[in-house]
Amino acid sequence: MTLADISSNLLYVAFIAYLIATVIFGGAVKGNKEGSFRSEQRWGKVAITITVIGFLSQLGYFITRWIVTGHAPISNMFEFTTAFGMTLVGGFIILYALYRTAVLGMIVLPVALLIIAYASMFPSEVSPLIPALQTNWLAIHVITVVIAEGILAISAAAGLIYLLKVIDQKKKSKQRFWLEAIMYSLVLVLGFIIISTFFTLTNYEADFAYVNKDEQASQITYNMPAIFGMNDYESLSDGTFTPLVEMPPVIHAGKLTTVFWSVLVGTVLYLLIRLIFRKRISAMLQPFTKNVNLQLMDEINYRAVIIGFPIFTLGALVFAMIWAQIAWSRFWGWDPKEVWALVTFLFYAAYLHLRLGRGWAGEKSAWLAVIGFVIIMFNLVAVNLIIAGLHSYA
Amino acid sequence: MDKLLCKCGHENPPGTVLCESCGRPLNEQEENKELADMRYEGTARRSQTYNKSVIDKIWNFFSSVKIGVSIIIILLIAAALGTILPQQQYVPANTEATIEAYYTDIYGTVGTVYHALGFHDMYNSFWFIGLVGMLAISLIIASLDRFVPLYRSLKNQRVLRHPSFMRKQRIYGHGPGQEDTLQKAEEKLSELKYKVSTDKNGLLAEKGRFSRWGPYVNHIGLIIFLFGVMLRMIPGFYVDETLWIREGETRAIPDAPGYVLESKGFTLETYTGEGEQEKFGEAIERVGTVAKNYQTDVVLYKIPEGALPGDTDEMEVVEEYPIRVNQPFKFDGYALYQMDFRQDEFSTMSFALENKETGDSSGDLTIDLVNPETNYELADGSVVELLGYYPDFSGFENGEPQTASPLPKNPGFLVKMTTPDTPDGETSFITIQNTVEPLGDNDYKLAFQSVETRDASGLTVRKDRTLPILGLGGLIFMIGVAQGMYFNHRRFWIQQQQDGSILLAGHTNKNWFGLKKDLDQVNEHASLPAYRDQQEDLEAQEKREGEQLT
Repeated sequence: MTLADISSNLLYVAFIAYLIATVIFGGAVKGNKEGSFRSEQRWGKVAITITVIGFLSQLGYFITRWIVTGHAPISNMFEFTTAFGMTLVGGFIILYALYRTAVLGMIVLPVALLIIAYASMFPSEVSPLIPALQTNWLAIHVITVVIAEGILAISAAAGLIYLLKVIDQKKKSKQRFWLEAIMYSLVLVLGFIIISTFFTLTNYEADFAYVNKDEQASQITYNMPAIFGMNDYESLSDGTFTPLVEMPPVIHAGKLTTVFWSVLVGTVLYLLIRLIFRKRISAMLQPFTKNVNLQLMDEINYRAVIIGFPIFTLGALVFAMIWAQIAWSRFWGWDPKEVWALVTFLFYAAYLHLRLGRGWAGEKSAWLAVIGFVIIMFNLVAVNLIIAGLHSYA
Repeated sequence: MDKLLCKCGHENPPGTVLCESCGRPLNEQEENKELADMRYEGTARRSQTYNKSVIDKIWNFFSSVKIGVSIIIILLIAAALGTILPQQQYVPANTEATIEAYYTDIYGTVGTVYHALGFHDMYNSFWFIGLVGMLAISLIIASLDRFVPLYRSLKNQRVLRHPSFMRKQRIYGHGPGQEDTLQKAEEKLSELKYKVSTDKNGLLAEKGRFSRWGPYVNHIGLIIFLFGVMLRMIPGFYVDETLWIREGETRAIPDAPGYVLESKGFTLETYTGEGEQEKFGEAIERVGTVAKNYQTDVVLYKIPEGALPGDTDEMEVVEEYPIRVNQPFKFDGYALYQMDFRQDEFSTMSFALENKETGDSSGDLTIDLVNPETNYELADGSVVELLGYYPDFSGFENGEPQTASPLPKNPGFLVKMTTPDTPDGETSFITIQNTVEPLGDNDYKLAFQSVETRDASGLTVRKDRTLPILGLGGLIFMIGVAQGMYFNHRRFWIQQQQDGSILLAGHTNKNWFGLKKDLDQVNEHASLPAYRDQQEDLEAQEKREGEQLT
């Protein structure tokens, strides 16, 4: 077995460990009938041990991959997103050590699982660094950012638990709707993972020639049956699905097809869940939050932000500007990724001012933390895949 | 308005809520509160005191947190909107009209609307810059409004506070004490690194006051940063030029007087996927080629002072340097960056002057496509005169040949060939693979022989003297954030009453848990009266009342 194989096996081990730990954390929370702290601890201890094993295994993946590639493994979508999953779990482990909150594990670990699974949908082979990335600033800038985002995501998890507990599932309200919308979007990610895996396993491939927006002839390979065709497309593979609609050049029909399939599968999955359990997902999760100490969740939410915000500023703005000055001759160029880092910074600055200056704690703070996570995910997913600027390496 | 004279004799500025010195409430409303609002120590903030003149109104507007946050949110949304479509500097068009057309052509109606709204140049729009300016003003005014009175108050605070002040603190206790209680409390508090001052029958223990300045320090950092960004508009602070230099060329560096650069050559390396790079094979196969290195080897010369401009003989070599991405060449406050390249640009073209009929050659000539000569004399006395040179020939307009750019991409030559046979000369217009003889058939022609190519490097010339200021701003911001977030200001007031009982109050700007832990430690040592967290008491009471109602 080569070091590269060991590396990817360690990632599998981590994934499975997180999966098992999620179930046990769920059991620890659910089994806690009397609401005492002690009964959660027995299974909580088992779950956290497995989580730590998973984390160490993932750390092993990270280090061995660093050795194999010769550079910090955070240089493309697969590597960065995987690392994000790792820092998220790392942040949770620290908080568990401080506050012993099994319920946090029950929320954070599945999200980390989704993130790592999402990462593995991108090409994961070892890739060389383009000249712009050949510097130590790659490691310094990106690792700082990924740690900060992991910590900020913990604040969102605490916020989500807070909302799951306080929002009345029996009464129709905006809050109930939006909370369920968050659950639905998590299911959509699952839909993307399921459908991508399915077509990867079945080796679906369809080549098309098309004319791109600069009016040049190009080629594209679809890995899913093409619902949407590229501008002026012409099929190059026999016996593949013929696109139903042709898109104008400015819309990337290939990506749109992926989105379509993910939404389709995710929605079907969501409806199935609703049909089988006859309940909203948030209503299904609510009983787990029975023993949640709201004040503690609020505290974790806030603590995570005051730790994550300065680290984010350092990594995503200060280090980013230093590197941009070295690589691109200007510390700031309004590149979409830069702008969204600024948007994230401004958002958490607003969070802190509202909380400290206007007393927005509790539910309001919880919503803000969740929105913060949405912004971070937007910067990770949409800005890389849709908006595409200097930072799109996927 | 008049100054407020407290019963303790201290003169407070108008608008003060709690006496700066003894802490007595100075108005009725405050007297009736269960707990004192200690956020700004009950000081007189200008924004809460005056609201008459226009200046008052402006001041009050900008000092409000609500307004500050609103500005942040609007900026955030505007910044995000600017990323929906690419900004104009990233689109392949460079005049007003072509940019506008580009948005419509590529993005349809959405693009037209986007451009019409000015979102294509969001970050340079006057209203975006105006918003940033408003944020800066808000930072300054909101900070001054709070910092000045807070500083005054914390500087003027007295050890002995009035019992009414103590009673309204969140942490409060009253009960019997012993003779040495104060002394023991002082010992323990000093041990816990509190700064303890005593006065008659009381003590004030204080720790971490500097954390109260954290927010103001980080705001100062941001203002310095924004100031630095503004400075680049002043000439001399900021240089942003592009220098295209071809292999073998020597050129003056724009905006860097006295400096001349020579390019020894441009190198583009790609990953081979072989040997050491075998591990990258799969990735390279998937994406095609991956660049490994862009490099321009340069020599920097300096023209000594007093030398004539253009006098290249006396240039002194300063340094040789390989400019690569991420490794700019720095000298004398300037930096040169490897930003772009053009490969295989035509450098020279060679022709033979031939008699069409016999095919006899009168000799060869080589034209430098960047600096062509006007006359080329051949061995047999023939002369080729270059009447016109069009480096990037794009067609005729009113019979005149046109060039699209000064780059030798598609050179066109208007020549007059004079030979011993044709002393009057013959005119010919030559482009690649095409010859036009505008004044009738010629006897002679220029036959294409060969072309030489070379690479050109696109370098950015940068000087940015604002960087140290921006760095300082960033550093101060980070220090301020850490100062305000990771430290807290804790205070205890302890007094021994005439009857020997002990009054005790505590306050912190955050982390009450930590404050209580400190107090518990002092308690163990000095047997202070039991304390209560009055805030929690109030909340519990509200909760009970709430439950009774439902």
